[in-house]
Amino acid sequence: MPLPLFYFFALLMLVGGICVVALPNPVSSALSMIGSFVGLAALFIGLNAYFVGTLQVLVYAGAIMVLFLFIIMLLDLKKDSAPKFSPATLGAAVVVPLVLVFQISTVISSREGSDAFAPLNQETLSAAAATLVHKNDDNISADSNIIADLNQGELPDVNIIGQKLFTHYNFPLQMVGFLLLVATVGCICLSKKIATKPVPAGQSAAPSRSSEKTVDKTPRA
Amino acid sequence: MNTSWFLLLLPLLSALIIHFALKQRLATLASYYGTAATGAAFALAITLLGKTDSPSFEWISIGENFSIDIGLKLDKLSTGMMIVVTGIGLLVHLFSLGYMKDDAAKARYFGNLSLFMFSMTGIVLADNFLMMFIFWELVGLSSFLLIGHWYQKDSAADAAKKAFLTNRIGDFGFMIGILMIWSFSGSFVFDQISSGLAASTIHTCWLSIAVLLVFCGAIGKSAQAPLHVWLPDAMEGPTPVSALIHAATMVAAGVYMMARFFFAIGTENLDGLWAMNTITWIGGITSLLAALMATQQNDIKKILAYSTLSQLGYMVMAVGLAAPDAGMFHLFTHAWFKALLFLGSGAVIYACHHEQDIWQMGGLLKKMPITGITFIIGTLALTAVPFTSGFFSKEGILHAAHEAHSPFLWVAVGVAALTTFYMFRLIFVAFLGEPRSENAKKAKEVGLVMWLPLVLLAGMAIGSPYVGSIIPSSEDFKPVTEVHPEDALFWYSISAFVVGLAAACVFYLGKKKEPLNIPLFANKFYIDELYAGVVKFAQDLLAAVVHFFDEFIIHGLFVGGLTRSVQGLGHSFRRYIQSGNLQAYALVLGLGTVLVIYFTAFF
Amino acid sequence: MPEASLNDYLLFSGLLFAVGLAGVIARRNIIVIFMCLEMMLAAASLTLVAFSRFHTVDGLPDFDGQMLVFFIITVAAAEVAVGLAIIVALYRARQTINTDELDALKG
Repeated sequence: MPLPLFYFFALLMLVGGICVVALPNPVSSALSMIGSFVGLAALFIGLNAYFVGTLQVLVYAGAIMVLFLFIIMLLDLKKDSAPKFSPATLGAAVVVPLVLVFQISTVISSREGSDAFAPLNQETLSAAAATLVHKNDDNISADSNIIADLNQGELPDVNIIGQKLFTHYNFPLQMVGFLLLVATVGCICLSKKIATKPVPAGQSAAPSRSSEKTVDKTPRA
Repeated sequence: MNTSWFLLLLPLLSALIIHFALKQRLATLASYYGTAATGAAFALAITLLGKTDSPSFEWISIGENFSIDIGLKLDKLSTGMMIVVTGIGLLVHLFSLGYMKDDAAKARYFGNLSLFMFSMTGIVLADNFLMMFIFWELVGLSSFLLIGHWYQKDSAADAAKKAFLTNRIGDFGFMIGILMIWSFSGSFVFDQISSGLAASTIHTCWLSIAVLLVFCGAIGKSAQAPLHVWLPDAMEGPTPVSALIHAATMVAAGVYMMARFFFAIGTENLDGLWAMNTITWIGGITSLLAALMATQQNDIKKILAYSTLSQLGYMVMAVGLAAPDAGMFHLFTHAWFKALLFLGSGAVIYACHHEQDIWQMGGLLKKMPITGITFIIGTLALTAVPFTSGFFSKEGILHAAHEAHSPFLWVAVGVAALTTFYMFRLIFVAFLGEPRSENAKKAKEVGLVMWLPLVLLAGMAIGSPYVGSIIPSSEDFKPVTEVHPEDALFWYSISAFVVGLAAACVFYLGKKKEPLNIPLFANKFYIDELYAGVVKFAQDLLAAVVHFFDEFIIHGLFVGGLTRSVQGLGHSFRRYIQSGNLQAYALVLGLGTVLVIYFTAFF
Repeated sequence: MPEASLNDYLLFSGLLFAVGLAGVIARRNIIVIFMCLEMMLAAASLTLVAFSRFHTVDGLPDFDGQMLVFFIITVAAAEVAVGLAIIVALYRARQTINTDELDALKG
């Protein structure tokens, strides 16, 4: 990715992140987060990870952040009701990440080895296709879409990821599916259990704030 | 199957049947059954008299050359002893039929009596040390059960515990001794110990220690000083038990065992062992102390108990003088007349409605002529009047002491005088004079089942030395049954008797209350108090040390210190680190990350 | 036109991570804290993709890194769903999502 573009998207991502932290209103935070993730997705695409970049936009910036916004609005949180940052908290929140950044930059500046940005063009991709067919350890046949795309000078990353997902990563894939099932069940349990009072028909499943006052408030021990 | 096994099986079966089948519901049947079983054992013992046999079978076998047999040894010693055990046992059973007629736990009593007969038979017939030890412990157990028969009484329960524990002290030494003998000779079997010892090259000092340790068992069971304290207390048991166990059989087991042991290793092997001297000393001291204590007791059974102690001391002295035959002879005669005396005292106690204080009796000879006369016959035998059994057996011991040129001759003579003194004190106070209490006035002669054993025993008290074939001893032992007036020892014996009798006449004839008062003797030389003090001191000391250790080291330092430091640490954690504030936790997490990076990348 | 090097990506990834950490430490709104956590995850994803691209295998990017990002996104989705459900439940019970007031575990 050319440097100017890189800086543009990287700064977009970083400023979005800083806005998430700095803006008092949670809705603004969530919207800045979407901006930040768009910048991040652009960086992914600049790294030829088209599929992951798309996922980042679709799942993160789309689904997850919408969920956040939905909850924020459900809970009717306009902004931090508590007073602004105390100096001690602010100091800690600045110093510790700064030290971390210092450490990371020191480590990065001292790393060695090539970080050559290998070009992905017609020749290299064709060579890669030839190698893939020659090695033949991923059961990629010579007449598959992957090879055809590679020979045309395109990177078929969705095909490759799908291929890997159902061969090398089949077991993790099943486990993640199971994890999602468990998460679904967990969400249902969590939202059902709290409703100690039967919810009258026609009312929202999540009671409004005013009716919540009657629900028992766990006394401090 | 050899018929001798039935000697063991009869009482065992009887005990099992009485305890598990008959129980208190059929108590009367149980008492008859127990008596019948003992009678059958007695009959069997008579048929086996003088037989020599050693049936055995293998019990445990370990490896190539180690095996333990269960075996019986029949010879003159054991068959004679069986006559004593089963004979006196039978008479005691008969007597108990009357004495324990109305007891609330008659079945248990007869069951335990059968158990005792079984264990005693086992000791007598055992052909090896290990089997003897097993039955030795069984005797301890049945003695415990019988002494504690009236366990509702605290004194009886305490006496039972005391007897058991004191015996255990001795038995511990006995066990070590057995193991030492085994390690020297390689065998538990009596017949093989001698050859085993001859083959080994063990130093006589070690042999002495082993002999002494084995003798420890005898000290416990035969109530020798310093473990004699349980025997007087054991008189808390029913009187027939005292006659059977604590006069005739169990306390004789120690002497019997030493005799068996000495015959096995051969008396000639024992010459010059310092252990023998020690044994003689213990016997002599016990004999003298017990006789002194007996002079000041008021309880009729206590007097007899101390008398038993004293006579056991005699026997042990004889054993120590390497004359086990003389000891066994005295054991044999003593068993009969002491059983007679105990049963006689039982009859007196029964007639006087369980009054045991001789100063509350008096004039009983007129009221209970049969009991009185048999009791006097027993006394005469005990005090070694010529032509009674006691005379001949005591003469044997005096001869042994004389031949050994031992100073114990004088101890023996002195004890003989004391014996006469306290026995005639008993006669004068309890049987002569006027009745001194209501119970004594109302006393009347006991029934047939109770006086018949007395008469039979009185016959044996006179005649036992003349039936030489039943004397438990080595094969070639011939009891002396003639009086030798030309022998100086005869006159020692006579003068001891005369001195004792004269003193008793002077002090006690016609007296209404105790004219002498010697607290040292009456309080048994304060030995019980000494033991209690020593035990208490040691216990308190140990307790103090343990308490200090527990309180300051364990509780204060380890448990308390650890808990206190952990508690303090936890308290500060709780106070300063567990703030419940999510930001603080996040800060710690961030600091941790920084630290981890520092240590991995920069350190 | 010069290309961005691996160091650039790693540095910005670290910066994003630090910003997320600062948010976690500083903010009191538990939903925002949760968002910052997601941001830190995203920063880690960026590192993975960058390494995947710069580490070629047989002339192709190392797709194992991208697989990991795929799984991170999936798990993060599940995590967000459960986490937000917990936050809703917490809010119902305590009427607040301010961490200053959520100190029932204070020692």
